[in-house]
Amino acid sequence: MRQRNLIPYTFLLPYLAVFALFWAWPILSSLLTSFQNTRVVPNTWDFSANWGRLVQDPFFWEALRNTLFILLVQVPLMLALAVALAVALNSQLLKLKGFYRFAFFAPVVVGAVAYSAVFRLLFNTQSGAVNNLLASFSLPPIDWLYNPTAAMAVIVITITWRWTGYNAIIILAGLQSIPKELYEAANIDGASPWQQFWSITLPSIRPVLLFCLVLSIIGTLQLFTEPFLITNGGPGNATTTLGVYLYQQGFRSFNFGYASAIAYSVALLAAVFSLLQMRLFGRDS
Amino acid sequence: MRARERWRSFWLHLAITPLALLWLAPLWLMLVFATLPETGIFSTPTPLVPGGEFMKNLQNLQADTNFLRTIFNSVLVSGVYTLLSLILTSMAGYAFARFNFVGKGVVFALVIATLTIPYFVVVIPQYILVAREARWLLAAIVLALILGALALGFSAWSQRLSRQAQLGGWAAFAIAAVALVALSLPSLGNLFAEVRLTNTYWAVILPALANSLGVFFMRQNFLAVPVSLLEAARIDGASEWRIFFQIAFPLVRPAMAALGIILFLTAWNDYLWPLLVLNDKEAYTAPVALGTLVGLTRVSWGGIMVGAVLMTVPFLILFLFLQRYFLAGITAGAVKD
Repeated sequence: MRQRNLIPYTFLLPYLAVFALFWAWPILSSLLTSFQNTRVVPNTWDFSANWGRLVQDPFFWEALRNTLFILLVQVPLMLALAVALAVALNSQLLKLKGFYRFAFFAPVVVGAVAYSAVFRLLFNTQSGAVNNLLASFSLPPIDWLYNPTAAMAVIVITITWRWTGYNAIIILAGLQSIPKELYEAANIDGASPWQQFWSITLPSIRPVLLFCLVLSIIGTLQLFTEPFLITNGGPGNATTTLGVYLYQQGFRSFNFGYASAIAYSVALLAAVFSLLQMRLFGRDS
Repeated sequence: MRARERWRSFWLHLAITPLALLWLAPLWLMLVFATLPETGIFSTPTPLVPGGEFMKNLQNLQADTNFLRTIFNSVLVSGVYTLLSLILTSMAGYAFARFNFVGKGVVFALVIATLTIPYFVVVIPQYILVAREARWLLAAIVLALILGALALGFSAWSQRLSRQAQLGGWAAFAIAAVALVALSLPSLGNLFAEVRLTNTYWAVILPALANSLGVFFMRQNFLAVPVSLLEAARIDGASEWRIFFQIAFPLVRPAMAALGIILFLTAWNDYLWPLLVLNDKEAYTAPVALGTLVGLTRVSWGGIMVGAVLMTVPFLILFLFLQRYFLAGITAGAVKD
């Protein structure tokens, strides 16, 4: 039987080799790199070169502010909409379910580059579809991509379009696992649909909602493709996210040490938000 | 009661229909724009009916960037990645689900912990590994291949596999080795001169193979396979590999399909990593090629929309027919049964 004991390792080995090389080691490596001055050859240990710069760097703070803004505005908006959609798609009153499901779920298969290109075109100032629509209601055109507030709105709208359906899919799966008896009992007791939503539906999907929240926050903290392609972080730095700033520092200036510090600040934020959520919402699950 | 429900249904449809149309509008306009000349795309009011310029726009796109070549690259990279990742994650998931071994708890916790660690934390070391110090990477790959061969030989010896199974194993190993060399070919000269993997298919494929969600998902599915089936085979004297391939594997096929679809889609749409390690136009994947065009000022937007259509529409059609698998893959890990 001794031979048997080595068998699991042969199953694990190929995956673990890749995992060790491309995840486990890099996690440690980038932490070390963040404490190195990578602007000199050879690199030297310098505990304040990157982290010291980070706290004083106005561009970092602006990127952080932009990212947190999207996080605090877009994520709650999207999740509320996703819950509403999931409840609607789960309702027995809805006809043509296949059509509605396709409409809201289809963005899930569309790549970030493809829809970023489309949205850039839709929000074109001269004759983009959105300004054309505004004009048909006799509203003045908006300079979507070159006005700081409007550019931020474009990013928020784009991400909402792409990810609301995704979250609705997960929430819908959560809704479908709620026992029907609960609603039947509530009906007998004469509870209104609104009361049923607050006292049965919402508490039942809390774990799923928490999962969506964690994923959305980690995703938003790493937002890159949309601001990179739609607004290129602009105008000025109005839509520069932490992701775009990390790309600029790491792969335009090739300052790996500083980029690693930015990367770890994203990881720290993700950890803080995750802990906060567990404290706030995750008591008994 | 009936009347009240009818009213509710009416209000529900009244609210959700405009929203659904709004959600479909970007995709519809993408299709329309792909078939219009430049003057049609930038006209007021926005055209809503397709034109007949699709082929012309495709030609423009081909002139701007060799897009069909990049589609070929994308198919190859995503296909090979999906296949390899399915094999690696299902083997690892099976090990975690079906065996007890020293270090299992720690290793599994480590793998799952990475689900909540932002990708940014590893992207720079990954880049250094692939684009700067690939000799270490190559050494590691050679080492892994040797270890893999040894493990295979060992299990063949210890399990007294049939001759066919042994031959099959070695054939698989040989194919993997040949594929490794072949996929590196586009810049093999480059590889030996500077020892970089930049602009190779492997540069795109390898790092993403450390996919921990797949391991978690496959573990869940292997846990659901009845132990009695596996035990029966074990008592009959079947080797562990045979139990895995001939009994456990067929039972989780729907899960594999769901995971495979999601893996392919993720690889197909991936942008940041290929952007970093591919800088030769001929090596671009489709998203990278399209992304470089979006930032240009003098460019055919009809062509860009054709590119977006070519990247998107096959998956929209697949989604229509295989929605079940897409949804199973997306909800992986979210809902505990």
